[in-house]
Amino acid sequence: MRLIAENLGGERGGETVFSGLGFALEDGQALVVTGPNGSGKSTLLRIIAGLLPKAEGQLRIEGGGDDFPSIAAACHYLGHQNAMKPALSVAENLRFWRDFNGGGDSSVEDALETVGLAGIGHLPFGYLSTGQRRRAAIAKLLVSPRPLWLLDEPTAGLDKASEERFAGLMTRHCAGGGMIVAATHLPLGLEGAKELRMGQAS
Amino acid sequence: MWSLFARDIRLSIRAGGGALTGVIFFLAVIATIPFGVGPDLKLLARIGPAILWIGALLACLLGLDRLFQADREDGSLDLLVLGNDRQMLALTVLVKCLAHWAGSVLPLVIAAPLLGLFMNMEPVAIGATALTLLVGTPAITFIGAAGAAVAVALPRGGLLISVLVLPLTIPVLIFGVSASYGATADPDPFLQPFLILAALTLFLAVLGPVSAALALRHGTD
Repeated sequence: MRLIAENLGGERGGETVFSGLGFALEDGQALVVTGPNGSGKSTLLRIIAGLLPKAEGQLRIEGGGDDFPSIAAACHYLGHQNAMKPALSVAENLRFWRDFNGGGDSSVEDALETVGLAGIGHLPFGYLSTGQRRRAAIAKLLVSPRPLWLLDEPTAGLDKASEERFAGLMTRHCAGGGMIVAATHLPLGLEGAKELRMGQAS
Repeated sequence: MWSLFARDIRLSIRAGGGALTGVIFFLAVIATIPFGVGPDLKLLARIGPAILWIGALLACLLGLDRLFQADREDGSLDLLVLGNDRQMLALTVLVKCLAHWAGSVLPLVIAAPLLGLFMNMEPVAIGATALTLLVGTPAITFIGAAGAAVAVALPRGGLLISVLVLPLTIPVLIFGVSASYGATADPDPFLQPFLILAALTLFLAVLGPVSAALALRHGTD
């Protein structure tokens, strides 16, 4: 599977944020997007996911087959918000996203254990700390399989140990043939990842 | 899809959900009418169906602004929109509407017969009004979904939704009330306005979610 962007341009409220951007990702590759605030990292991720219209250029996924005909179908989008309901328990939240996204029979408990939250699945999501919430949101990536992960500041709020655990998760995802596009300020600990430096905000 | 329905129902019941807000508002409106109108039992019985319908309509509008806004605030809406290839967005919206209806509007329909007693209505009129509410209120939710989708990005969208949606719900109100009257007042027909009401609900069950999905699709930012 290949994710290809050519001459991509994005705008926010009529102002061009970036233009002429291109990259190609193959199975098992990761792209780390860096740059100062306002350089368009989040905009780029949202354009890739299809949540924002692109101003110019081409964006396509090749070799997705019937399962993943479009980028939206092939991707997990982890934005700034965790997309979990505070009133529901962590396990209920995860079970919902697994059923909605079509995760088959992957186990919610296993996913929670992988992110180091074993045993707190019964707690309401609203009771968790910021870092725990982020880890629960990361567990959401694990309960339904998608080849492409779009991560916007994925490690915001995580402690050192969780960051390392998450780096391991990402490495495993890539080793399994997955692709990652991550926007970040902090080093993610991804070995051999391509880097895309976004320009200065104008 | 069932999981989405179950999640929204659960959210409406749990703390912070709006399941009871509508019923309390409905109760407040209907309970104050007799005080305002005065103790004329005949008059109360005559305006009863209309007042019940207006109260239910306003109570329906009350919770509509949270239909998509709650999902937008925590980022769930992005993922629901992204799921379009697997779960058609219009279908997602329809399921959310049904869950909203079952969670916050169905209690109004259940409370309506009790509140009908406040209005000194006959049993037949109470039954007819409850039946028309049962059939007609989904239409209000479906129209409201389109309004809620348009106003989802606005911080104080609730008022705008009411202003947008209220004119569109007038036909539902007219046919609902005239069917309720048709059950008691002799020369007036019951079946015709009732069937038109049912047709309106079915028609809006398609139009509402499709237009709401369109608005949500283009409203992400």
